[in-house]
Formats: sequence, structure tokens, C-alpha cells
Amino acid sequence: MNKVHITIDGIKLYVPENYTILEAAKEVNITIPTLCFLKDVNEIGCCRMCIVEVKGAKALQAACVHPVKEGMEVFTHTPKVMEARKVNLELILSNHNSMCQTCTRSWMDCELQSLANKLSVDNVRFEGEQKKLPLDIGVSIVRDPNKCILCRRCVSACKNIQTVSVIDIVDRGFNTKIAAPFEVSLADTPCVNCGQCINYCPVGALHEKSDIDKVWEAIYDPKKHVVAQTAPAVRVALGEDFEMPIGTPVTGKMVTALRMLGFDRVFDTDTGADLTIMEEGAELIDRIRGGGTLPLITSCSPGWIKFCEHNYPDMLDHLSSCKSPHQMFGAVLKSYYAEKEGIDPKDIVTVSIMPCTAKKFEAARPEMNVNGLSDVDVVLTTRELGKMIYDVGIDFPDLGDSDFDNPFGNASGAGVIFGTTGGVMEAALRTVADILNDSSADNFEYEEVRGLEGIKIATIEIADLKVRAAVAHGLGNARKLMDAIKAGEEFHFVEIMACPGGCINGGGQPLQLSDVRNWIDVREERAKGLYKEDRATYIRKSHNNPAVKRLYKEYLGMAGGKKSHELLHTHYHARPNYEK
Amino acid sequence: MINNAKELTELKDFARKAMEIRLDRDIEPSPENHRIDILVCGVAGCASSGSLKVADAVEEQIQQNKLGEEVKVIKTGCFGLCAEGPIVMVCPEHVMYTKVTPEDVKEIFESHIKGGKIVHRLLAGENEYEEIRDRLPQIPFFSMQKRIALNNCGIIDPENIEEYIALDGYQALAKVLNDFEPEDVIDEIKKSGLRGRGGGGFPTGRKWQSSAVVEEHEKFVICNADEGDPGAFMDRSILEGDPHSVIEAMIINGYAVHAHQGYIYVRAEYPVAVQRLSVAIKQAKEYGFLGTNILGKGFDFDLEVRLGAGAFVCGEGSALMTSIEGKRGEPRPKPPRSAEKGLWKKPTVLNNVETYANIPQIIRNGANWFKGIGTEGSKGTKVFALGGKINNIGLVEVPMGTTLREIIYDIGGGIPNGKEFKAAQTGGPSGGCIPAEHLDTPIDYDSLTKLGSMMGSGGLIVMDEDTCMVDLARFFLDFTVDESCGKCPPCRIGTKRMHEILVRITEGKGEPEDLDKLEVLARNIKESALCGLGQSAPNPVLSTMKYFRDEYMAHVLEKKCPAGVCKSMVKFMIDQDVCKRCSICKKNCPTGAISGDKDTPFVIDQEKCVKCGVCMEKCPFKSILKNA
Amino acid sequence: MTDKCTGCAESQEKAKELQAVIDKYKETRGALIQVLHEAQEIYGYLPLEVQREIANQLDIPLAEVYGVVSFYTQFSIYPKGEYQINVCMGTACYVKGANEILDKFRTRLSIDVGECTEDGKFSLDACRCIGACGLAPVVTINDETYGKLTVEDVDGILDDYEAR
Repeated sequence: MNKVHITIDGIKLYVPENYTILEAAKEVNITIPTLCFLKDVNEIGCCRMCIVEVKGAKALQAACVHPVKEGMEVFTHTPKVMEARKVNLELILSNHNSMCQTCTRSWMDCELQSLANKLSVDNVRFEGEQKKLPLDIGVSIVRDPNKCILCRRCVSACKNIQTVSVIDIVDRGFNTKIAAPFEVSLADTPCVNCGQCINYCPVGALHEKSDIDKVWEAIYDPKKHVVAQTAPAVRVALGEDFEMPIGTPVTGKMVTALRMLGFDRVFDTDTGADLTIMEEGAELIDRIRGGGTLPLITSCSPGWIKFCEHNYPDMLDHLSSCKSPHQMFGAVLKSYYAEKEGIDPKDIVTVSIMPCTAKKFEAARPEMNVNGLSDVDVVLTTRELGKMIYDVGIDFPDLGDSDFDNPFGNASGAGVIFGTTGGVMEAALRTVADILNDSSADNFEYEEVRGLEGIKIATIEIADLKVRAAVAHGLGNARKLMDAIKAGEEFHFVEIMACPGGCINGGGQPLQLSDVRNWIDVREERAKGLYKEDRATYIRKSHNNPAVKRLYKEYLGMAGGKKSHELLHTHYHARPNYEK
Repeated sequence: MINNAKELTELKDFARKAMEIRLDRDIEPSPENHRIDILVCGVAGCASSGSLKVADAVEEQIQQNKLGEEVKVIKTGCFGLCAEGPIVMVCPEHVMYTKVTPEDVKEIFESHIKGGKIVHRLLAGENEYEEIRDRLPQIPFFSMQKRIALNNCGIIDPENIEEYIALDGYQALAKVLNDFEPEDVIDEIKKSGLRGRGGGGFPTGRKWQSSAVVEEHEKFVICNADEGDPGAFMDRSILEGDPHSVIEAMIINGYAVHAHQGYIYVRAEYPVAVQRLSVAIKQAKEYGFLGTNILGKGFDFDLEVRLGAGAFVCGEGSALMTSIEGKRGEPRPKPPRSAEKGLWKKPTVLNNVETYANIPQIIRNGANWFKGIGTEGSKGTKVFALGGKINNIGLVEVPMGTTLREIIYDIGGGIPNGKEFKAAQTGGPSGGCIPAEHLDTPIDYDSLTKLGSMMGSGGLIVMDEDTCMVDLARFFLDFTVDESCGKCPPCRIGTKRMHEILVRITEGKGEPEDLDKLEVLARNIKESALCGLGQSAPNPVLSTMKYFRDEYMAHVLEKKCPAGVCKSMVKFMIDQDVCKRCSICKKNCPTGAISGDKDTPFVIDQEKCVKCGVCMEKCPFKSILKNA
Repeated sequence: MTDKCTGCAESQEKAKELQAVIDKYKETRGALIQVLHEAQEIYGYLPLEVQREIANQLDIPLAEVYGVVSFYTQFSIYPKGEYQINVCMGTACYVKGANEILDKFRTRLSIDVGECTEDGKFSLDACRCIGACGLAPVVTINDETYGKLTVEDVDGILDDYEAR
């Protein structure tokens, strides 16, 4: 890479020529304030917060997109710059519902608020008309357009990264808003509830539909037996809500906290993941041996499932019929567990703590039930759990560790890595290899399916089979992979997760602000946490999980058997686009 | 199909003969020469006022009188005197008739065409000269103009490529393809000093060069025909009156920068221009000026028309390109410049219609010829659309450096109804107002910028004493607020806030600190808006505040509108010394606010008055006073 | 009762026309706006079904199509009146009293800008400069242009259309 000489605020530096002014300034320890900018997601220079003076330019320039050039002189805090930033922020605030006290972002950091602080905005001089638009409250996602500052990050996430494209910029000028076509509710669009829009929203314009009250109600009801299960990705992110470093595993503290909140039992969704591997593994072997539809595509990610139902209705038979791990586990809780503990399943309230907003929609699907009872009664996001812990005043970082409750106890390492892209694939390969080889492999870390490459393709030799595997994360990548499959590319097994990076970067995870995301890959840090947990577990393969073994022996019979099908499998249906 | 330069010249000589009576003002109508051409302006204002029906009537008369051999009707482009339309010109005498209705056509035929006697009542102006054709070029409206961009408008039939060829059309292209290397073309344009006629006035040659030097297989040239400034219609007139000049220039542009595809982006409000362009492109293809191996010289070039859909911001280069891509026409930050990454991220040159219309003549007549016209920094001519409170509303083309006074008083015929000139607005919503004290400024890019306005595309709206400058600023902000794309906060919210403040002031609710707020907002929008349009949006406010601050002060401090425009501050009163108690005002008042009879004085109830001004209009004795 | 079959045939006819437009532009880069123009000519406006069809066939998300439609003033998602009144609000027209003329249309028709009368006869819009400044103030009704208008002229013009 060629390098160029520039000066920033009089400091001389020598930087690669593909740097923006923003990146160059960081080299000399100047963080230019940004609002709309999100690296690799939204690089459009529209919010005019990062403006700087570039010698010779007619007007102020957006540092986030302005490339450096040999000899360039940049000034980042002249009076002109500081005034313009402040005025622009005041303008944004003048058309923003500033009821901060009741805003979901008052607990987590609001980027707009910190910017106002940073720019010393102590007064909004330019008051005037404010937009008054209706809220859109869906099963998973709530949009408050009156808080929206039109940074367009959500649109970029939805359109460019996820290729779901259900929201876009509508109208123009002062009336500009982010909306679905014909301004219908997101619920009436092919929105897959992935919540990536929430992850990138700098303010409180997008958040999950809160179900915290339902949980408190159940906990406070003495008749109810309230059971929590926690997804693998939650444990490496929850600490972030309490200012712990990104990716810190906090499994033990989390279990302690859940007990303190009043949950009767705390289980690990990883057990459900192990169960999924048993079922999906059996399904894969069955399809390979029996000449079934290939590739088999994973079904753990509800965002992906809805995406497939909308966009690839002719390929639904590729999807594994397995319910996702927490749904499987919910079904087990309301059947096997209820029987075993002698509790009326009607009195069991199953609460899933998930990194995911789409799980809220998934849990509400009518087909997800046991004898008319929902597998899962309430889904809380990681953020919502964090909020409950915060609300009751638990000093989370100071908590001691606890173990998950019996009869399920701790799950396998394979279940843990379900939370990251490539993890389901790797967990399945660990089990399928052992079954097909009829042995126990010592080498079971499949590096080729790990990492953040958008689409990972590998051929893995198991017994006499060359298993062609593909892993995609982020729905844009999923679309590419599906189109390739449609065009004839052949695989045996495909893992797809809706969110970029997998569940660790799900739409329900603690928010990391742009000034973190622009410089650190949050996904990498959280994935590291999961792989660390995997390595620390005693049992690292799903089929060796004693609780799962016992479950099959005592209740389900064999993987893929009749009972399993009743409880653990589901079906899909094509969904129309904008036909309501 | 024209295969080479020689064939082009042969066709030109042939076609020119057929047009001689239109081109040569010395040809006398004579018994040997029975040919008569009747030119009817078929564009813009004339078309809107019914000229096409006039043309039909002419055609009908030709049929009825069986004059098909001798008399031809030609629908031409703009003559310039738009307020006098529909315009009809009879050649070879070059007699210009104005405000012609279809009913007048019979008389023109009976008296003039068949009888050789001019129809005096239809002549331009009030004078009745026998020798109208000698007078025409001498009236200042015509004599002070110099037509380059509008050269062929009003002479040729824009739908007939051979008439364009007759007037040296496509000769510049032939010259370029035969004698010029691409870089020579750019050198010639650079030497000519031509600057972009669409707004900023960027040197055209340099613009071409910056795209020419980028090494990329695919490049584009685009003609910006999204003439959005209200009150400007020169581009429409050129496209409708002389579309081939633009097409020829774009091919030359393509050759110079190694591009093989061009787009003309036309606003959808101009359906006639679109139709004329489509016809012209089709003909240019048939004659071999577009397509492959043009004039046998191995250069390929194609052209497509793209429609806008009603968004002022698409006049901004990068927004225009996103619009051609089929998206919301939103600007993007620069760099990268369009010359490097424009349409579909490919190197792109964008020029405005009038800029292109100059190119063929610069090539034909040489850069030195062009350089000889205009001022030090601004060469050539500029077309202005005169509008507002001015007598000769229409389209004029004058050498750069002509003063505002010459344009308004000599060419434009001054202000109607003996009113006082107050200001001229140039540059549309991005421009500003120029007060009377600067009437003698020679107009060019740099002088206008210095005055706080800009050339823009050349709309020139004249305001008289009855215009309230605060209200005018509010009107322009109305426009800007409506047309802001909404991408960046300074423009999306800032212009809205400025507008709200101006509304407050014009409603008599302004506070002194509102003026400070306006200034702060204006300064910051100028500095920090994403695109050129946003950055120039505050100009109308800044320039009116600069030159007419006392008017703002009157609104804010005294709650008075000196021009009597801002309704909430206007008061109508009856001058009892003049009033004859005829009760006409009372009868016409829509709200019953006027009371009185022949014994009691007539008075206006200010509570009931809605300030519509009907009473003042109807009073035969001028006894009603505004703001007294 | 509406005659369903006629409506059916008419809508099939329109669908065919729309298909022809889409086919014409399918291979053209960036043709969305051109397609929308021609679709609007067929249907008079751009309802959801039409936008959805265009979106599907051009492989552009409906949200983007809607975003484009909502950006440009020439596109409408509501049906327009049989007679579309456009009052030019260009500078030249404005200084010559276009606002008063617009007000007159508003009060006479009891509709606001962008609306359509209940009987579907008139819709009223304020438009950008149409380049007929010589005739200011100017109003167009469908393809007819009325220049140098005064407030007093408005009633006569509307009476004329109402009688049609």
C-alpha cells in the first residue's frame, strides 16, 4: 500500500493512501465524533458530525468518507468546525423526541446523548416543528420514528448486509423517514426479525418488544414454576451490560443472577443444542444414506428460517425439520421434565434468554407447541435480562459462580459453540464423524469452518464420505450461498445463521456503540469467549452429554424416532411478500 | 446515411438552398421567387399559449388556398419574445407577428401572403413601420443580443436534421473526427475559456480533461437538462428549438474523453423537449452521427434520454447520476469526483445544455473567436430568462459583461406600470438578490458571486417596489424546504428552521434574536451541508439580509411590511377625503368588513378584514390605502 | 353492483400493458424511474400491486421502489382526478400572484394541494416552474395551459370543466 504525508492539527503523519481522514486522525489519538458512520456498514457521510476543515476545500468535509491525499492539511477543531457540529446536533435534537428518561437507551448508552455531551450542547436554540409519527410495535421489534435521527444505519444493515430490505428511506426533506413500503407495519413485511437494525441504531428508535413484565408476573405468581434457559451466546455478552470487557464469559454469574431474580430452575440451552445435534445428525446421515434432499440446511436460526420461507419457498425441503435448540428444550421441559418432576405442564413457564429478537417471533409460531402448550412461553433478549438484573440492583460483576440445575446440568462444548458462525457445523461434524467412524475422534476442532469469512466452504473426510460443507452467516451471504445451491452447487450440509457472526452478534445482544464497532470487531471477541468455554468443558461432543443420553434412554427412544418427531421437529411454509 | 465529411458537406449545400429565404435577409419577395416560409414558434411559452393551433391554422390556409408548392409552415424554436407569443414570422421579409391567434391566420394569408400587405395590428410593439424587417434587428431587444447558444432557435425546424445540417450542423463533429486528436479537442475547449453554464461556472475544458485522463474502459458523458431553477427556461428552449446542437456536442465530448455512451437527463416537466430529443436522436442515428464508425472514422457513440420525475436536487451532479441509476436522487459526498467515479462508479463528464450548445461553434469558429467575446474571466455569451416585473419577458442571450441595467432596461424594456426597480434575483434558489445600487455591474460569473448571488442557470427575475424581500426569501426557503432531499441534517432540518423563522417574521411574530438565528443557521448550512445545493440554500436569505436589512428590521421591530405584502401586517384604510361613498367597496368585500352609507363615513373593520385587497382594486377613486 | 367482468378485462388489459413496459426495460440499466413513469401512465397512479409487480420483476426490493416513488413529486400513490389542476409556483408566477390563484382553487374545490375532489373530477397540485414564465401566472389542467390568469378567471374555468 502506498503511503501519503498529511498533517492533522499540525501533526505530521504518514498513512496508507486508502485511509480516510477519520482513520488517519485516530493514528494521532484524535477521535473525530461520528454519528451515521459505521465501518463496513454505513459509510455515507450524511450526518455532518465528523466534519473537518480541509485546507483548500470550499466547505467542511466529512472525515468518515474523505480519503487522505498527499500534502493534505486537516483541522479537526477550528471554531468553524466546532460551531457547525454543535449547530447540526442542535438541529437533530430539535426534531428528536428527547424524552430521554423514558427511553430504552437511557440505560444503555445513547450515542446522541453522549455526542450532545461531547459537543457541550447545553441548549437547543432552533426549536420548531417536530415529527409525530405512529410507533410500529411488532412481535419482536419496536420502531419509534420520532426518536429516529435518520442516520440510515438500520437501512444499510437491512438492505446491504441482510438483503432483507424491508425498510428504506421514504419521502424527502423534512418529511424524510425510515419506513416499510406503503408504511405498513414491519409485521406485514418479509422482515425476519433478526434485529440487526437494533444493533446498529445509535438511539432509541429501534428496540426489542420488551417482555420483561410477563416474566415478573410469572415469577411473582406462586403457582407458577418458572424455568429459565440461556442460549450459548448470552454468556459471553451479558457482562458487557455491566461494563465488563467484550466477550468475557460470565456463565456462573449469570446462573447466580437468574436464581436471585427468582427463577425456580436455571437450565442451559446448550443441552437443547446437544439434542439438536443428535436429531439433526441423524437426519443428515439418514438423508445421505437414504438419498434424501441435499444439502440439509440447519434450522436453528429463526431469522434465517423466515428468510427462507419468504425468499426460497421452493427450497423449504432442504431445511432440517429440527426445531431450534431452545424450542426443543422447551418441549422437553413441558413433557419429560414435567413428568419427571411431577409438575403440571400448565404451571410451567418456560423463559428463554436469547441473543436474538427473532426467537420472540419463533416462540409465537403456532406450530411450536406440545399438546397445545407453547414450548417456550417468553423469550427475553440478553439485553432484557441485563435490564432485569440492573433493575433489581444486583451487582453483577461481583457475583459468585453457580452451576446449572439438574437434571440437565452442564452441557457439552459442542453446544457452547452453537453461538457462533460455524459452531453448529462443527458440533454436528464432531458427532457425525464419531457415529460414522464408530469411534471417538481426538481431533475434532474443525478450523476450516471457524472465523468470520462470509461464506466458508470445506470438504471433510468422514469414513468413506467426503462431506461437502458450507457455512454462511449474515443473510446477504446466505442469499449468495442459496443462489449458488439453486444454480447447482452441491453440498451435503449447510449451516446458515441470520446474523453476521452468528448468535454472538444477534439482534438481542448488548449494544456496542459505533465508537467501539468502528475499531474493534465485536464478533471476534465474543467468539473467542465461546471457543474458550468449549475448551474448558469436560465433555465436548453432544452425543456424550450424559443428560441427553439419559433423555433418549428414559423418554425419547432413538434420535429421529417417533417421540422425537412429535416433540422436537416442526415444519415450514411459504410466506407471501406484502400480500396482506 | 452520411458516410464521411464530404457527403456531409454535399448535403449541407443542398439543404441550405431550401432555407435561403430564411437565412438571407436581403432576398426580396419577387414574382420569380414565390417561396414563402412561415415560421411559427412551437416551443415553451408560445406552445403554452396556443402556437401549435396557430400552426395548424396556417397549414389549413395553405391547403385551402392551394399554396402547397409555394408556402411552407415550419415549427421553430424560441424567438425570445415569450410574453408576446404566439410568435409567427414570415420569410423572406422576416416580418414578425405577435400574439397571433388561429383566427388571425386567415387575415395574414389574405392580406400578407396573397396581397403582399403587412398586417400592422399584429406587429411587435406599438409602432407601425412599413419596413418592419429593417427595424427588427435594430430594436434593442434584438440588436443588443448575441446569439450563440440560441443561434439556430427560431430559424430551423428542430425536427428536421437537414435544416440543422444546412446551418453547418455536424461540421464540428466532422472536423473533430478528421483533424483532432481527443486531447486537441480538450485543448481547444480549454483555450476558449468556456465555463459551465449550469451553475458553478467550472471551466469546461478542465472538467473534460479530468475525466479523459482516468484510465477506465467504460466512461459516460451526461447532459444535465434537469433545469430546475424556477424562472429559467433556456435549456428547455434549446432542447426544443435546436436539439442537434446538444447531440453533436455530446458526441464531440465522448470523443474527447473516450466515452461511448451518453445520457441526456431531462426533467419530466418538459415533455416537448423529450419528444424533440427523441426525434433528433432517431434522425442522428439514421444519418450515422450516432452509432458505430461515425463518419467513417471508427468512433462509436450512443445516446439515451432519461427522465427525471420531479426533484430539484437532481440538478446536482451526483444526485442526477443516482437518479439515472434509478434510485432516489440524493447527492453523495465528494471526493471521489464524478470525473473519477460518477455514473455507475465510472468516470463521467456532466455538462449543462447551454454549455453543450456552445461547443459546436467553438470548434467550428475556433477558440480565439469565442475568447473574443465576454469578459476576462467569463468568455462567450449567457442566456438569461427574463421574468417577473419586466416588460419584455422572454429569453435573451447577451455577451458576458453586459450590465444588469442594459439587460433590464434596454433589452427588457424596463419595469411595467412605471414602478420602481427594487432588485433582480439571479441564480434561482441558490442565488441571491441584487439591489439597484449594483445595476451597472457588468454581469459575469465572478461579479455575481462577489455580489452574493450567482450565475446559476440564468434565471433573472425582476422585482419592483411591491415585492417584500423578506417574503421573497421565505418563498425561496419554501422551495428549498420542499426540495431538500433530506439526507443531511443542515439542509433537512436547518432550512426548515430558517423557513419557520421567516414565516414568523412575515406574520409579524419575529423577534430581534430571530435575525441572529437566521445568520447562525445560514452560515452553518453553507459550511456543512452535504451538497452544493444545500450549501447554497441560505443564499437568498443572506443576500436579502445584506441588502435589505432595514426591511427585516421593519418586520421585526415595527411589525410592519414596507412593501405591503405580508398580510398580517398590512392594514387597509379608507381615505375619507377622497372617498365618494359610492359603496362599491362594501359590495365587493367578501367578509362584510366595510360599513357606511351615503350619510355615514365608510370604514373597514380591522377584525373582520382578511386583507384580500379587493376593495382597493375595485375602488374607482383610489380612496383605499394600504398600510396608511 | 359493479360489472366485475368489465373491470376484470380492463385490469387484465392494463396488466398486459404493464408487462410490455417491464419487458421493454428489463435489460436496461437503472430503468426503474422510466418504468414507473410508464406504469403511472397506464394506471394513473402507482398502487401497491403495481409497485410490487415492478419490484419483483426488476428484482429491486419493494421498499426501495416505494422509497423512489415517494422521493419524486411526479409519482403518486393516490389516484388523481379526471382533471388534474397544476398551479405553477415558479418564481415568475409567484411574484405575479400564483399563491392567490392557488388559494382560489382551494376554496372553490374545498380540497387542499395534493388532494382529489370526492367525485374524482378534480385534483389540485402546486407544481414547479413549467418554463412558461412569459405567461405567468400559469395553471395547467391536463394538457391545457391557462396563462396570465387572474383570481377572477378561476370560476369561469372551473365552471367550464364542471359542465363537461
